[in-house]
Amino acid sequence: MNRWLREGDFLQMKTGIRISVIFVLSFFVGHLVADQLPVVGQKDKKFSVERLAVKVGESVSFANEDPFFHNVFSLSPAATFDLGSYPQGESRAVTFKEAGEVQIECAIHPSMQMVIEVTE
Amino acid sequence: MKVQGIKNAHRNVGAVIIATVVACGVIVENVGRAEIRITEGVGRYILEAGHPSLAEWKLPPLAPASDIHGNALTDLGRRLFFDKILSADKTRSCATCHRPELGWSDGLPTARGLDGKPLARATPGLANVAYGSLFNWDGRVASLEEQALGPVFSQSEMGSDSEELVARLEADRFYREAFTKLFPNQPLNEKQVGLALAAFERTLLVQDTRFDRWVAGESGVLTDSEIRGFGVFIDPNRGSCGTCHAPPNFTDNGFHNIGLESFGHGNPDLGRYKIRPVRLMRGAFKTPPLRNIALSAPYFHDGSAATLEDVIEHYRTGGVVKENLSPEMKVLRLNAREKSDLVAFLKAISNSHVNFSTELALEQQ
Repeated sequence: MNRWLREGDFLQMKTGIRISVIFVLSFFVGHLVADQLPVVGQKDKKFSVERLAVKVGESVSFANEDPFFHNVFSLSPAATFDLGSYPQGESRAVTFKEAGEVQIECAIHPSMQMVIEVTE
Repeated sequence: MKVQGIKNAHRNVGAVIIATVVACGVIVENVGRAEIRITEGVGRYILEAGHPSLAEWKLPPLAPASDIHGNALTDLGRRLFFDKILSADKTRSCATCHRPELGWSDGLPTARGLDGKPLARATPGLANVAYGSLFNWDGRVASLEEQALGPVFSQSEMGSDSEELVARLEADRFYREAFTKLFPNQPLNEKQVGLALAAFERTLLVQDTRFDRWVAGESGVLTDSEIRGFGVFIDPNRGSCGTCHAPPNFTDNGFHNIGLESFGHGNPDLGRYKIRPVRLMRGAFKTPPLRNIALSAPYFHDGSAATLEDVIEHYRTGGVVKENLSPEMKVLRLNAREKSDLVAFLKAISNSHVNFSTELALEQQ
């Protein structure tokens, strides 16, 4: 008697359950999308790569793997952003909209530096 | 059934404890009078003399000097450092503010300028400056050679003019001969002065405190209180000092707004923000290294803490001004003994005196 998600059932679900299903589905879809992003780690006060090439429109996720805060930012004309500070276990992403060389630093630990080359 | 139930209850309690420990990322076990074992997310420290887990607190050997001048350049730098010839009116040398017996600082809340008026920031100590990568409280200079010339040509500090200084040094027989010997085929210039000053400053090393000897394996050089103080220092749930005052040089080479009262004043010193205009850097200043810290009171970039006890009390409160506070700042739960242990530890990473003969340096002039 497994009637789970038989055709038409979704519309018949109570609103609360429907929202929960949408939430869970969007969570997994979100993770699938996030998994596809290039991820740059921040560990031992270093970025996991010194250089990275991406296309215009692509995003990069910055994951903090250190047991203290980092604050990724760039003041480069091709991409000016400040991801703010966040702790171990958190990631924040940035989308690169213009071609050019983007110098990236940690505001707290300026020895952490890397370059993202954004091309058309 | 009842026995089984109790066993299960014990298992559950154990699971909760393990889960809590994992969540907190720290285990602190008292295993003896002066042995506190601490496991934390950044590594395991066993507080025993010479234990391998303490190795990251050993200062690494410095790379050999890249110049070919060896001691001659350092000797010239030492003489210049103590020579008032570097200031416009010949009233002050580098050592006027960077006094060896005061941890290469000046004992003042903020430095005094050429006109005797207070400057905006404290004179930083120079101990272990050779391990630094960015200089000044806001990290605006990335080379020690360049930094060394900053105060010399600052109109509010030593007020020198480059051409006038070079002419003065050329007119002095000792300097003319010393620079010619070191830099043959080159006219004397300010860059050479910076090279010499920086070479001398790189010799101002503090690598032999009692803490360093304990880390190297010498037992009995730290008291129980000092060892407990180290435990408080590195424990993220107590002093939480080691996150920013990180090994091996007691600094993360980073920048933090630590919530000083002065940041709440009108038109406050924005510090690092003027160099890197990122929000978190408003009111942030460089984390100073701590060896010989006991010699260089008062503390903080604005000199607002008169004693090490005042420093610890500031951090215990989590900062006075909470606006734009470093995310690493938090209210600390420290009892009276932990605070006194922490002070004892800070004295254990300081030598009782500076191993430097001021008299010798002054005699050279």
